[in-house]
Amino acid sequence: MSAHRLETGGRLIDRTRRVRFTFDDAPLRGQAGDTLASALLAEGRMLQGRSFKYHRPRGPVTADSAEPNALMGLDTGARAEPNVRATSVQLSEGMVVHSQNRWPSLAFDVGRIADRLARVLPAGFYYKTFLWPRPFWKHVYEPLIRRAAGLGRAPEGVDPDRYEQLHAFADVVVAGGGVAGLAAAWAAAQGGARVIVLEETGHWGGRAVVDGLVIDGHPAEAWVTATVAALEGLANVTLRTNTSLTAVHDHGYVLADEWPQDAGAGIAAPRQRLWRIRAGRVIAANGAIERPLAFAGNDVPGVMLASAVRDYAVNYGVAVGRRVVVVTNNDDAYRTALALREAGVEVAAVVDARDTLPGPLAQQVRAHGIPIHDGSAIEAVQGDIGVTGVTLCRHSGNGACVSAQIACDAVAMSGGWSPAVHLWSHAGGKVVWDADGAMFRPDPAQGPTGHDGAVFVIPAGAAAGALWGPQALADAHAAGLRAAAETGHPGHTPAPVAEAPEERAILPVWTMPEGAGPRLKSRMFLDFQNDVKVTDVELAAREGFESVEHAKRYTTLGMATDQGKLSNINGLAVLAAARGAGIAETGTTTFRPPWTPLTLGAIAAEARGELFQAVRETPMHAWHAAHGARWEPVGQWRRPHAYVRPGETPAKAVNREVLNTRQTVGVLDASTLGKILVRGPDAGRFLDMLYTGTMSTLAVGRCRYGVMCTENGFVFDDGVVARIDATTWLCHTTTGGAEAVHGWMEDWLQCEWWDWKVHVIDLTEQLAQIAVAGPNARRVLQKLGGMDLSADALGHMRWAAGRLGDFDARVLRVSFSGELGFEVAVPASQGPALWDRLMAAGAEWGIMPYGTEALHVMRAEKGFIMVGDETDGTVTPGDLGLPTGAKKADFLGKRGLERSHLRDPERWRLVGLETLTGSVLPHGAYSVTGGYTDTYQRETDGRVTSSYYSPTLGRGIALGLVRRGPERMGEVLTFPVGAASQMKARIVDPVFFDPQGGRLDG
Amino acid sequence: MRMSHSALALVRGALTGHTGWPRTWDSPLPRDRYKVIVVGAGGHGLATAYYLGRNHGITDVAVLEKGWLGGGNTGRNTTIIRSNYLQDASSAIYEKSRALYEGLSQELNYNVMFSPRGVMMLAQTEHEVRGYLRTARANYLQGVETRFITPEEVQKRVPIIRLDGPRYPVLGALWQPRAGTARHDAVAWGYARACSAMGMHILENCEVTGVRSDAGRVSGVETTRGAIGCERLAIVVAGHSGRLAQMAGFRLPVESVTLQALVSEPVKPCMDVVVMANTVHGYLSQSDKGEMVIGGGADGFNNFTQRGSWHHIEETVRALVETFPMLSRLKMLRQWGGVVDMTGDRSPILSPTPLGGCYINCGWGTGGFKAIPGSGWAMAEMVANEAPGPLAAPFGLERFREGRFIDESVAAGVAH
Repeated sequence: MSAHRLETGGRLIDRTRRVRFTFDDAPLRGQAGDTLASALLAEGRMLQGRSFKYHRPRGPVTADSAEPNALMGLDTGARAEPNVRATSVQLSEGMVVHSQNRWPSLAFDVGRIADRLARVLPAGFYYKTFLWPRPFWKHVYEPLIRRAAGLGRAPEGVDPDRYEQLHAFADVVVAGGGVAGLAAAWAAAQGGARVIVLEETGHWGGRAVVDGLVIDGHPAEAWVTATVAALEGLANVTLRTNTSLTAVHDHGYVLADEWPQDAGAGIAAPRQRLWRIRAGRVIAANGAIERPLAFAGNDVPGVMLASAVRDYAVNYGVAVGRRVVVVTNNDDAYRTALALREAGVEVAAVVDARDTLPGPLAQQVRAHGIPIHDGSAIEAVQGDIGVTGVTLCRHSGNGACVSAQIACDAVAMSGGWSPAVHLWSHAGGKVVWDADGAMFRPDPAQGPTGHDGAVFVIPAGAAAGALWGPQALADAHAAGLRAAAETGHPGHTPAPVAEAPEERAILPVWTMPEGAGPRLKSRMFLDFQNDVKVTDVELAAREGFESVEHAKRYTTLGMATDQGKLSNINGLAVLAAARGAGIAETGTTTFRPPWTPLTLGAIAAEARGELFQAVRETPMHAWHAAHGARWEPVGQWRRPHAYVRPGETPAKAVNREVLNTRQTVGVLDASTLGKILVRGPDAGRFLDMLYTGTMSTLAVGRCRYGVMCTENGFVFDDGVVARIDATTWLCHTTTGGAEAVHGWMEDWLQCEWWDWKVHVIDLTEQLAQIAVAGPNARRVLQKLGGMDLSADALGHMRWAAGRLGDFDARVLRVSFSGELGFEVAVPASQGPALWDRLMAAGAEWGIMPYGTEALHVMRAEKGFIMVGDETDGTVTPGDLGLPTGAKKADFLGKRGLERSHLRDPERWRLVGLETLTGSVLPHGAYSVTGGYTDTYQRETDGRVTSSYYSPTLGRGIALGLVRRGPERMGEVLTFPVGAASQMKARIVDPVFFDPQGGRLDG
Repeated sequence: MRMSHSALALVRGALTGHTGWPRTWDSPLPRDRYKVIVVGAGGHGLATAYYLGRNHGITDVAVLEKGWLGGGNTGRNTTIIRSNYLQDASSAIYEKSRALYEGLSQELNYNVMFSPRGVMMLAQTEHEVRGYLRTARANYLQGVETRFITPEEVQKRVPIIRLDGPRYPVLGALWQPRAGTARHDAVAWGYARACSAMGMHILENCEVTGVRSDAGRVSGVETTRGAIGCERLAIVVAGHSGRLAQMAGFRLPVESVTLQALVSEPVKPCMDVVVMANTVHGYLSQSDKGEMVIGGGADGFNNFTQRGSWHHIEETVRALVETFPMLSRLKMLRQWGGVVDMTGDRSPILSPTPLGGCYINCGWGTGGFKAIPGSGWAMAEMVANEAPGPLAAPFGLERFREGRFIDESVAAGVAH
């Protein structure tokens, strides 16, 4: 065994199993059950980290998740994890560990120069300097600061691990598996309530086991074992270790963070599990946090919380030092002296700030011959990278008069305990200052309320402020009964009775000694990680940062990765003193989730890679993929942008597809277009409200183009509406707009016109829809046989249902290309077969598929608008030449359209644009008037909304919105396209091709 | 009293244990009356007061704050400063603001750490590409320096980004090289210090409970520290604008919702620019401290709790982990929310009101921090002249009646 491993103790380690790991490349060994910190301590490595600002040497201060100092990097590359708390990570075989925030080594860190300059680098120094010369902030100062800051190294690459999210529902969630949590769970479970108990560490029982509580006449450990066994026997109780309740959100929605410990044991367990739990009541039995004491040198490695010192001895069989001084303002720390004594570690002295008579714990300590220094304080700790001794003085003085010097290699400190009020406060619970207990505890009158107005978090035990064991247990039992009753599962069971020595009252100590001057205060650390000292908080107060939030932000107190667990209360007490105000009126900062930092990968969980967002594919997707489709994401859909053949550029493919469709025939997969069925006695009336046109008058068997506006009168979607029967309409929408239109319809039906008899169904994915367009379109379809699709039987803007070849089809005669066009809808499962049949039937006419880009070119050649190109949420139907003025009846957007700006004759309206040279205008280009605005911007009077090379016309064409555009036909506009170049384009009619529309009939 | 800030001053301070530093801003007792009362000591309110003094010589000013100075959205945002807006009115005021930020540390003698590290907005669909191409062209004519950059340049500037995500490949980005970030609290503190030095009163813990008027014109306010008279009133209270407007007797077209943000634990520098990914909804930068600063979405319902819905955090984190895979193993250190005031067109309101002498500045929604200096400049101009100047004019309340919206969501981007 190594130098610091004790012969006895170590209830959590397995002395028979060695675990090898490396720390900064040095091979080391620990025991199974060790934390990383306990293993390093056992190896005599007290120096475990460097602080953030001054790069001061630091050792662990805690043995739990509140640790601010012992932060390390685990692993390298894609599995690297920075800022791991060595005090709460389990040691595992082959672990590769690196220290952080130091260069070149942990023992010798050049960054320590900041510590030597600490006097000129007080809190907020950076607000007062680095001002000149101005470019230096970006190019010199900031890069230097950034390099010095940060803690661990960021991982690189894609995280190879897996994360899981699970949902659970519980009447009562108990946070904390200490004796309070177990007692609360037992009480809560008696009436049948579903109870989930979450314990952050890998073992049950919490502090009581180490602290020697006696429950129902048994040592705590025996009681814990029996209670856990009894709880495991209840079907309505779930117990989870290595799981912490990390966030309490409104209405009892809580998150729990689990680190499954079976990872790597053959079955690939996820690295982490995030539980999303709906809880009727949350019992916060997550204990209390011991406070450090602020004395000079309280950050030297080897100065540790008293509870941590005894945890290391009892739980891990590790002596943090060979000669320890205990310093305290309360009785609890005497347990550390006793525990060390029992483990065979010399306790040089107990230094107690209080003058009062000793209680039972102190008497036991004295009985062991350990000297107790009453009314005393640590004046200063000696040592730099490790403790070599302490000097004592009177606590009530200013420390000028040193009363004793004691050689030691570790200091166990306790400034009292603060209830962990975090879970109470996450969702808005308020705390109240308890002057007798020197602590903030939950204010029962101001709890977080749920949907029914009742308080849904019940603090229990130490978390409620019941710090003394027997009291904590009684309180937790009552909390369990209350939670069960409030969730409708009342039950009864006798309260466990605990015994513990009486404890004397705490003496609040915020600096030690009480009257310390600046010399000592400038060495008293409040926030260890961020290097915030007592003098920094005093400076903040002096400079007017008197609000606790200001002081926090100015000094960075409490903003480190421990989220202020150790520093908040001490810091605000110092602030209160500096302001000459009380602690209660100074108040706390807001306790926000998470309880401990939460892995982002666990928040994202399975929504990664292919599962990040659903990819919607049409029934013909595989065919497209096999035929060179270059994909374009449209909403969640993937649509073929163009089918690029080998040796072809995408632009050439688009031109080929356009020409082929115009010259003979093309097919387009139109399945992604929204297809919303609207049915009911009031459906016509409903659609008249939705569209700027009138749909109720549409005859059965006919189609009509429709435009929808927002209430403000701006176009937001368009498409063809088909009247199916007396009470049924089929509304086509844009691909990207289908969900929005469906939601829009439901919104109006559910919230405003709830009494209208209309039913809306989104059929988009039920149907495969194929557009067949071009002079030979009819011939291709007729080759399939069946329905009569002749011009007489099915005129433009009509539809018919029937058998088309082997298919039950609905055929709409519509065209977005200007060519003779049909859209054939069949059940989705029939889509691929129909597609194949059409390709085969059209072979003799040279049929080719065309993609979205060819579609866009053809519609632009025809001057048809595209929602999202010609419209952007600021364009009215009138701007696009779509008349609405004729409609007398009300519709959504009608009143918006009556507003003055929407009727302004100066509005920008749709026109065609042709460059003087035939070249293609850049997309998004603006035309300028030559003038300037009031704010010295160049004045514009038009812009390009769509611009393409038209293979049909052999030149560039564009659509645009131009001020009074249709009144300015023939005018030439100037489009700046670069620093020194501009293009000129003439305003023309937006219909570039086949203005008479003769091609619609083939 | 004011002590000039410099490295030398810090050395001098060190010799005296830093006991000589004065208050950053004074904490005086309220007077009976001021020429101008600004309600709200956030960035916008303090900047309004500052430019009233600096540009218009009006220093008989009190800034009233119900809580602690800078405690609203000024201290809760993700500190992004950019001006690559599409509409002329927006880009004018945001660019004015960005330009003022460039010299703000020196002007205020307080380091607000404006860091022009560059902001890029990723284009991840063809539609977004077209939108940003349009924005780049608009920006060029507006005098705002932006350009559309290739995926290769995106990768070079952001080594940790994954361009070819399985879902939305990065097709390019709109890049504004002179955009960046600043230290949000310092902006409020710096303005407060400068206002205080001009003799203005900053009154914290002074909640306005009523607005007094006389013959259709404002005459003062009632506060938790007593009644205070004024000649002109500027309401600059973001999420609580509706309540103040009610006291002043008019209604506003704003809704207050919670917007969330989070930071990771600090790590060594790994990303030097600001990246916004609007298709997948998330934006990311790394603070000088090393924290990855992440902006989330706004809740869809009204709320004053400063706590938001968890699913927005999830949505944002998913998007960013997918785009920046290394984030997966970092940990969320803190999450928080702020109450933002959203207008119908997602653009601010800088306007006279139905109450004479009362002016309102609100509706900055999710994008207020970047606008602080420009907003203060324009608001001060309006209050001083009792009429909006060219920067504020397009943002008047009458635009909602006229339908003259300034809608930025029309660009592919979102409005923050």
